Order: sequence, then structure tokens, then C-alpha cells
Amino acid sequence: MTALVELRGVVKEFPGARRGDPVHRAVDGVDLSVEKGEIFAIIGYSGAGKSTLVRLVNALEPVTSGSVVIDGVDVTTLSERALRELRLGIGMVFQQFNLMESRTVWGNLAFPLTVAGVGRAEQQQRISELLHFVGLADKAHAHVTDLSGGQKQRVGIARALATNPHVLLADEATSALDPETTRDVLDLLAKVNRELGITIVLITHEMDAVRRIAHRVAVMEKGRIVETGPVLDVFADPEHAVTRRFVGTVIDDLPDATVTAALREHHPGRLVRLAFRTTSIRQSEAFAAFLRRDVGFELVYGGIEEIQGSSFGNLTLALTGEDAAIDAALAEIEPTVAWTEVD
Amino acid sequence: MDLLAIDTRLGDLQSQFWKAAGETLVMASIALVLAGVLGLAVGLSLYLTRRGGLFANRPVFVVLNVLVNFFRPIPFVIFVAALQPLARHVVGTGIGIWAATFGITIAATFGISRIVEQNLVTVSPGVIEAARAMGASRSRITFTVLVPEALGPLILGYTFAFVAIVDMTAIAGVVAGGGLGSFAQVFGFRQFDQVVTWAAILVLVAMVMVIQVAGNQLARKVLRR
Repeated sequence: MTALVELRGVVKEFPGARRGDPVHRAVDGVDLSVEKGEIFAIIGYSGAGKSTLVRLVNALEPVTSGSVVIDGVDVTTLSERALRELRLGIGMVFQQFNLMESRTVWGNLAFPLTVAGVGRAEQQQRISELLHFVGLADKAHAHVTDLSGGQKQRVGIARALATNPHVLLADEATSALDPETTRDVLDLLAKVNRELGITIVLITHEMDAVRRIAHRVAVMEKGRIVETGPVLDVFADPEHAVTRRFVGTVIDDLPDATVTAALREHHPGRLVRLAFRTTSIRQSEAFAAFLRRDVGFELVYGGIEEIQGSSFGNLTLALTGEDAAIDAALAEIEPTVAWTEVD
Repeated sequence: MDLLAIDTRLGDLQSQFWKAAGETLVMASIALVLAGVLGLAVGLSLYLTRRGGLFANRPVFVVLNVLVNFFRPIPFVIFVAALQPLARHVVGTGIGIWAATFGITIAATFGISRIVEQNLVTVSPGVIEAARAMGASRSRITFTVLVPEALGPLILGYTFAFVAIVDMTAIAGVVAGGGLGSFAQVFGFRQFDQVVTWAAILVLVAMVMVIQVAGNQLARKVLRR
């Protein structure tokens, strides 16, 4: 694995709206590297700076400071002409699709090919290939305004793929779509990554999109990356508060204060949360440890989640019995199962 | 009809009437084409050089903006007279149909440039951004994305501008430019000949209607709605 996109100390500031207004620092010292062939998600609330960040990658916006290296080339030093060349190798998909309404689907796909200097005969073949790939072969001559949102985004994706880019930047590509269409478009992006080997940078505020197709994720807040790692790790053990909120939008296995209070009211004993991971012992072995020491246990909260073939569980148990016995049982499973007392 | 026939000299004036109609048509068409091109250039420049534009350039924008704001509101009847010295330099004469056409062209250029600018603003910035992301040059984006995307409203804008241009041709008489407006003034209004006045009006209305209908049709075709 080699880094295809590498950001080092990237800062982007915008001048204030009026003279004398303070500058707005949208991206505040970001380091990240995207490996060749992966789907790298950047998640954050609106205003976190993720859309600005992605525009620094293909230099639609110049950086204020720092370096953006793509395939060994620092884009911050390139001339306008060299940047145009670079952009042919970086596809981009947008939240609002940004298709040209004055052209048909065909005309929209022809545009990047014409920009790249592809001949007419070759364009014909490439456009037909692209339309088949995104499943819109019958819509070649449809007018853009007659397409549904999902179809528009498929055209957007086909257009971004036209010049055989090695990176695809997806800026909130599914945010304007309904849940079902969102899944279809995400599946298409996964197919782009899997079958064409194209590296994808996925900007989103939907944790479900991350969980569905991303390999690694960076969480962004106030212009900074606050947490980054493989999707499974981030979902299983979110560290930063913002990450926990995002994970909480799709997985609700950590009781909050209100829930804990309610649990305590109904369940005597000690509330302990066990974190089962792929590397830990099986649940049955953990429960056996309790049984051996006459510790009563009851599952009161949590669940098992499956993410891209791996599963993890955060189970909150109410344990009853001798304190010493409970401690001994917890000590026995501790080497592989992390536990925390819920209070 | 008998009553009208007694009171009017329209019959005697027929050849002059059609000559005047021809003059109006010549002035309006030449002005529409020239001011159309010049107005497009100025309007595009205004749009492209504004803050955040593809060719953002504050000094150029400010100069153009001030020029347009200064000249556009001047009433044409004064403007065409004030432009006489310049017309002498450019078209060789300060009076007649060519001086009038020159004045109309300049005045319409300022008007059309604002119409063009306003229509370009309606093009989604996202589409421009997408074209940039695809590696298109700024001039390619201007002519193969920006203008085509705004074409429907632009055609309607030009149709609207044509009506204003016909309006200006009616004032061409100030510099002896001729045309139907002047004809109606001289042979209708001053001779108390309502029939002549209304005949001129009808032809003017017919001209405007033809262009209006053609413009609407074309715009609809371009917008494909």
C-alpha cells in the first residue's frame, strides 16, 4: 500500500465577508494520507471543513499553507495548465450532481472526453461503456432534466469516470438522495472501487455511508481531523466525542445517562459493559466464567454489529452475586474482553 | 373606410411609408446584431471579472460596472444627440440613419450587457465548478458551458432588448435618422393625420410581435420545456 493522496499541515483560510472581518480558517492543519485502492471516508457535520478540504485535493481552491501531494506530485506548486492536466486524472462527484442542463446525458459525458482531447469515434465507444457501467444504457439521449435524482448521480459518476481517473472525489454524493437511492449509489461507488480499482475519497455526513462502503474513515470537526482509523475500529471503539455521536447515529449500543438511570432502577447488581471484538473470547466463554463463580448475569443493553464482514458487540450486563466472585470473573475474561463499570 | 379615406394622405405617402419602415428595420437589425455581440462581450466581462468569477479582476470589473451604470440610465433622446461628435469619428457623419444606428448600438450595448450579466448569474456555480474539476480551461468553460447553460434566458433577454431597440429607432428622427417613428411624427402627428400615425404603429407592433414570437419559440426549443 502506498499513499496516493497525501496532505501535510494543510491550512485553508478564507477572507472575511467584509474588510476588517477576521479570516475564517476552514481547514486547520490537516495531515492525512489516502492509500491507493481504498475508499477513504471523511465524515463531519456541515461546516466542519470537509468539502473545503476535498477541493484542495484537486486544487479547485488553493491551499493557504501546507502541501497536497498526489502520486508524488505536490499540486500546490503546479501552474494552471498543469492543474488542468492533473484534474483529468481526478474525477469528482457532487451533491447537487452539477450536470449541464443544456446537454443530453450523452453530451454531458462527451464534455470531459472533449476536454481530454479524445476523438469522436473513441468518445462514442467510451460513452457507451460508461452508460452500461452505471446502468443507464437506455438513457443516452435523455435530457438531464427528465432524470430522477439517482439517475442524475449515476450520470455524474459516469462523467467523473470518463477520463479513467485514478482518484474519485465524492463530495456528499448521496446527501440529496432518498435512503434507497443512496444505497444504490453507494453500491455503485463500491463497484467503481472494486472493479476499476479507483481510489475514492468519500465526503459525507452520513455514518451509514461510511459503514457501508468505506475502508478507513477520518472524522473532522472545526477544520481538524479528530480521529482516523479503519472503519471497524472507529465504529467499535470511537474515541472522540464527535465520533461517538456519529457512531451513535447508526449504532446505539452504549447507554447514555438517562438509559443508565432507567436500567439501574430495574436491575439490581453491578452494571458492567463488555466489549467483544474479533480478537476476544466468545460470549459463551465469558458467560461460563460467570456461571462458574455463581455470578448471575442478565443482558440489559447493547447489541452485536456487523461491519463489512467483521462483527463486534458492546453488551451491558447486570451482574448479581458476591462482589469478590464478580471481580474474579471479570479478571478472568479481562485479557481479551475489555470491560467497564457503568455508572 | 370612406371617412378615413377622405381625411388621410396615407395613400400619397405610401412609398415614403415603406421606406421609413425599411429604415426602422435596418436600424433595429444592425443595432441588435452589433449591440448583441458587444453587449454579450461586456456582460460576459462583467460576470467573469466579478469577485469569485473565472477571471476575477477587480479593476476591470469596477471600470466596466461604472461605465455601464453611468451610460445606461441616460435617456436616449439626449444620448443620441450627445453622441454626435463620436458618431462623426466612427461612421463619418453626425446625422442620418448611420449616426442614429451608431447611437442605438451604443445605448443598446449598455442595456444588453446588464441583461446578459443577469442571465449568466442564474447559471449554477456548481456546473462551472464541475467543468473546472474536469480540467476544462476557463475560456472553454465560458463558451461551451456558461453561455449554452444560459442560452434560453439569453434569447428571451435579447427578444426583450429588441423591443427597446425598436423604441429607440423611433427617436432616430432627432438626428435625421428617419424610420417609422420619425415618419409618424412628421406626417401623422404634425399633420393631424391619425391614420398615418396608426399605420406606423401597426407596422411597429407587427415587427415587435414577429420577433417576440420567434424569440419565445427559440427559447422554448433551447430550454426543451
